[in-house]
Amino acid sequence: MLSIRNYVRPQTIEEAYEYAKKPLSVVLGGMLWLKMQNRNVNFAIDLSDLHLDQIEEVDDEIHIGAMVTLRELETNEQLNHFTQGAIKESVRHIVGVQFRNLATIGGSIYGRFGFSDVLTLFMALDCEVEFYPTGRVSIKEFANMKFTKDILTKVIIKKVPTNVVYLSQRNISTDFPVLTCAVSCIDQHYTCIIGARPLHAVAFNGNSYFETGITEENIQNFTKCVLSELKLGSNSRASKEYRQKIAKVLIKRAFLQLKEDVYGN
Amino acid sequence: MEIKLTLNGERIVQDIEPDLLLIDFVRKNGCYSVKRGCDTSNCGLCTVLLNDKPVLSCSVLAMRANGAKVVTLEGLQEEAKPLATFIASQGAEQCGFCNPGFMMNTLALLKENPHPSDDDIKEFLAGNLCRCSGYEGQLRGIKNYLNYLEEKGNE
Repeated sequence: MLSIRNYVRPQTIEEAYEYAKKPLSVVLGGMLWLKMQNRNVNFAIDLSDLHLDQIEEVDDEIHIGAMVTLRELETNEQLNHFTQGAIKESVRHIVGVQFRNLATIGGSIYGRFGFSDVLTLFMALDCEVEFYPTGRVSIKEFANMKFTKDILTKVIIKKVPTNVVYLSQRNISTDFPVLTCAVSCIDQHYTCIIGARPLHAVAFNGNSYFETGITEENIQNFTKCVLSELKLGSNSRASKEYRQKIAKVLIKRAFLQLKEDVYGN
Repeated sequence: MEIKLTLNGERIVQDIEPDLLLIDFVRKNGCYSVKRGCDTSNCGLCTVLLNDKPVLSCSVLAMRANGAKVVTLEGLQEEAKPLATFIASQGAEQCGFCNPGFMMNTLALLKENPHPSDDDIKEFLAGNLCRCSGYEGQLRGIKNYLNYLEEKGNE
């Protein structure tokens, strides 16, 4: 059971950080996962008054505030146009609309959950995450960092030529994924992300495999390389062996779809 | 802590515990249509509208609704009554426990998209679980309700 002694709504990020540094404090995202935990919290810090619920274009970047909900990501035309619908695809299977109206991008990414659809996609988008007070860090680097008291304020996508495809496999609709896969071609750089292993998402660089373009042979060689390095596990949803077979299929399908998006055939 | 909000059009000011959930707050204030089901943010039984958006009240701190507008099925009786009749006429209510959540989310869908396709309905209501019916009855009931609204609009 989640027990909260003090609920605070800071009016500035500096004030929020002061609370965050105190023992037994927690920054609230959508609090859907937090609520499931047995935890005593001294200060529950709600960032709702910090205007972090905006999606804005700033010069050659798209800034997504940490309190933007998954439903807002799903329905945002600009983001979905930029990602060819991949953002919508990555969140639309997550429980239901009511859940997605609460869950935030900040909470989803900060937690680096093993089951995260959102982390998988945003790693493929090669974005950065901004923290107060330490500043920006690449999301791929952040995925392997230790938890700190810094507050995630924004997710930043660079507006460069981007093609991205997101796929996931679920045992039943609305459940956690058994495996997630996102592939991208950003400025001629190819990346493949595999998540829900059930460990958190990992990235594979595909540049050397796709120098001559996305062909069946190149996909096959790249998939072989990914599968030889990919660490998978078993849990109640699927075995390691099953995930290995699914990974092979998802990587191939995702690259074939990426090929269609990039070359138009 | 003091909370001020509007619940079904009524202004409420109360002292509450910081970890009180919105579901418990609305039920303490007489809104018994809001059911506690899975308690793991999955079933949709506890759906309420928070500033016009459907959310799971079992997963929101009541304090997060401070200053907001909260609506439960008790506040939507006029819109809900004909919809409930169409759902019931398809035998889709059975035990009836999931119905308030279904109705709240259906009404939220129709506000966002007044002319949904079957796929739109299924996708929007995917977070409302029913262990009796298999969902076909609800789908038929909602479609009949949409036809009724269209005929009423044409009169």
